[in-house]
Amino acid sequence: MTGIAHPHSGLTGRIRGLAILLQTGLFGTRANTMITLATLILLFQVVPPLFRWAVLDATFSSTGDACSRQGACWAFVAAKLRFILFAFYPPDLQWRPALVILILAAVLTASALPRFWGRALLVAWPLAVLACWLLMNGFLTTAPVPSNQWGGLPVTLFVWAGCFAAATPIAVVLALARRSKLGGMRTFSVVYIEVMRGTPMVGILYVAMLILPMAMPASLSFDKMLRAIIMITLFWAAYIAEVIRAGLQAIPPGQVEAATALGLGYWRTQRLIILPQALRIVIPGMVNLAIGFLLATSLLAVIGIFDLLNAARASATDPNWLGFYNEAYLVVAIVYFVICFGASRYSQWLEQRLAAGERR
Amino acid sequence: MSLTLPLGPERPGALQKLRLWWGSWPLGQLAFLAIFGLLAALFAHNVLQTMARIGVLPGFEFLSSSANFEIGESLVAFRAGDTYLRAIFAGLINTLEVSLFGCLLATIFGGAIGVAGLSGNLLLSQLVRWFIEITRNTPLLLQLFFWISLAKALPAPRQASPLLGAVYLTNRGVYLPSLSLEGGPLGLVAALALAGMAAWVVMLVLSRLERLTVRTGAGAAALVFAATLLLLFFSGARPVAEAPALAGFNIREGLNLSPEFAALLTGLVVKFSALIAEIVRAGIQSVGIGQWEAARALGLHNGQIIRLVVLPQALRVITPLTTSSYLDLTKDSSLAVAIGFPDLVSIVNTTANTTGQSMEALMIMIAAFLTINLSLSALMSAYNNRIALRGIA
Repeated sequence: MTGIAHPHSGLTGRIRGLAILLQTGLFGTRANTMITLATLILLFQVVPPLFRWAVLDATFSSTGDACSRQGACWAFVAAKLRFILFAFYPPDLQWRPALVILILAAVLTASALPRFWGRALLVAWPLAVLACWLLMNGFLTTAPVPSNQWGGLPVTLFVWAGCFAAATPIAVVLALARRSKLGGMRTFSVVYIEVMRGTPMVGILYVAMLILPMAMPASLSFDKMLRAIIMITLFWAAYIAEVIRAGLQAIPPGQVEAATALGLGYWRTQRLIILPQALRIVIPGMVNLAIGFLLATSLLAVIGIFDLLNAARASATDPNWLGFYNEAYLVVAIVYFVICFGASRYSQWLEQRLAAGERR
Repeated sequence: MSLTLPLGPERPGALQKLRLWWGSWPLGQLAFLAIFGLLAALFAHNVLQTMARIGVLPGFEFLSSSANFEIGESLVAFRAGDTYLRAIFAGLINTLEVSLFGCLLATIFGGAIGVAGLSGNLLLSQLVRWFIEITRNTPLLLQLFFWISLAKALPAPRQASPLLGAVYLTNRGVYLPSLSLEGGPLGLVAALALAGMAAWVVMLVLSRLERLTVRTGAGAAALVFAATLLLLFFSGARPVAEAPALAGFNIREGLNLSPEFAALLTGLVVKFSALIAEIVRAGIQSVGIGQWEAARALGLHNGQIIRLVVLPQALRVITPLTTSSYLDLTKDSSLAVAIGFPDLVSIVNTTANTTGQSMEALMIMIAAFLTINLSLSALMSAYNNRIALRGIA
């Protein structure tokens, strides 16, 4: 708006400024006008049918039989929302997964706000993850719930947050090993990271499904959820390690030299001088990684865990509400979109804030 | 290592080099690696025991025994009863096929969308913005589920009306016009190979002469095209264009993409063209506005500015990021398993389940993906070195 000089101020001036901006933006040149018209034709092909499906032909409250196949069946969403969010978890114990969502949301919100960054969060994370696991399990109560009945949004969020939290310390060690002067450790770290990053996540989940039970002693058996969590943690650690390595590389070598001159050993140098700076640099990168990981948890559907996406798919196989896949997918898409879009906006805000801190 | 070592005038021997590379804390490192090795050995022992218990012989002999499942579609002919090796090979070819076309189409669409997003038109750039945000912030698997349910909900061949005259979208797949050769595929392969080599030589000579302008480039391309046509003519092969058309209950002729393949390809291309569009935008925006102004002051028009000034610099940002997008696309093609396209991962999983040789089957899969990834990144880094900034660092 800077290019528009306007004598008036106030509302009318602003509206006129907006009008001028729109006019130059849409019809400024002949080419621009043609692009606008072509885009409008494209939109006219797509939007009205979509609107007709979602609103005009839609059924808002009824049973499955009354829903026409021409329009959306929002009655289905109203009836199956509980199933999409919590899947097969016993309905009368539903407060437990709901509480899990609340706990995770609280910890995530606290981690997002720079004023809470500190030692307390480092303690809060493992405690929160443990609390969620015990809650889902129904530990020490009369109604324990096995993990094959877990499902929906709490599973998606729990696997995401739990694996991310568990993978980060492993990743720090891997990143330090990859940058260290110890050849044996360095080679180990490089091979580990490259193999993990070269394999698709579906393949890693198949390892969790097929190899892990074979590799465990016969007396020791993990359930499917725990096996998936172990392998995903090991898998994500390789990705996080590469991001942390980028942060370590950004620290000037003078920092290590100064610390050595002060007589600090390797571990104290890393813990007190290098890692705090490096981790601060990579926070925006970690947020972007976290967004990718949340989307990747949907792959749990491939090995038959009822995460949010798989629960939505299963909801459309209810005999009373058969085949309303589009509506179910739309609900799930909105949930993922709200979380991920919010996180990416947060990442931009954080980047600006951290940059402002650097500028002084 | 240009390190001066306190060892006297002689250069360090092999043992000393190894010791330097190994670094300090030698016993601790050895102990760590030994513990890791022991753990791996314990796992291997358990796996072997489990295999013995369920009566499966470890080793790769199962590859030559016959597989009793069908593969929906493949470039490699496969029938139930062929060997597992052939089945896995067919899956590998399917993965490569979908990845190759995916990378190609995602690059084309991603480039176009990225440039469209930078246009001054408010409507178009907002549309591109929302397209990118929605595709980026929803899971690929969800998008694939959407595409496959869309592909299955298309009209039956008899009800389908052609798009642009010759493209049919039906619930039995997508039918496209095709160009094939009659008179032996050998002629085609020979002609293409020769034409490719001719093009390579012409490009090499032209770039050595440093006279590669648009005119000479177009001339060379026309020459190679004409040479290919001549070669085809003499090899006895005749190109035949086929348009799909309704015949009876089905559509005959033309190229048929199965619904699964079409859905997988569409999903990968949509997702990754959004990612590549962002990369292209970042690359073009990384070129300072002063470069545009300077080029404009020299009297270049927009097309020339993009081709001669902006793109060469933007490519330095774009290439490494696109490389990792290609690698991700190849890995994500493994989601095929969820919508029923027989890719490598899907066939490896079937093999593991039918033979019980999960360890070996998954090892083959991981090795295959590592090979694809490492060769693709070697190829792209060779290209990156060609276009990278020379003279600085």
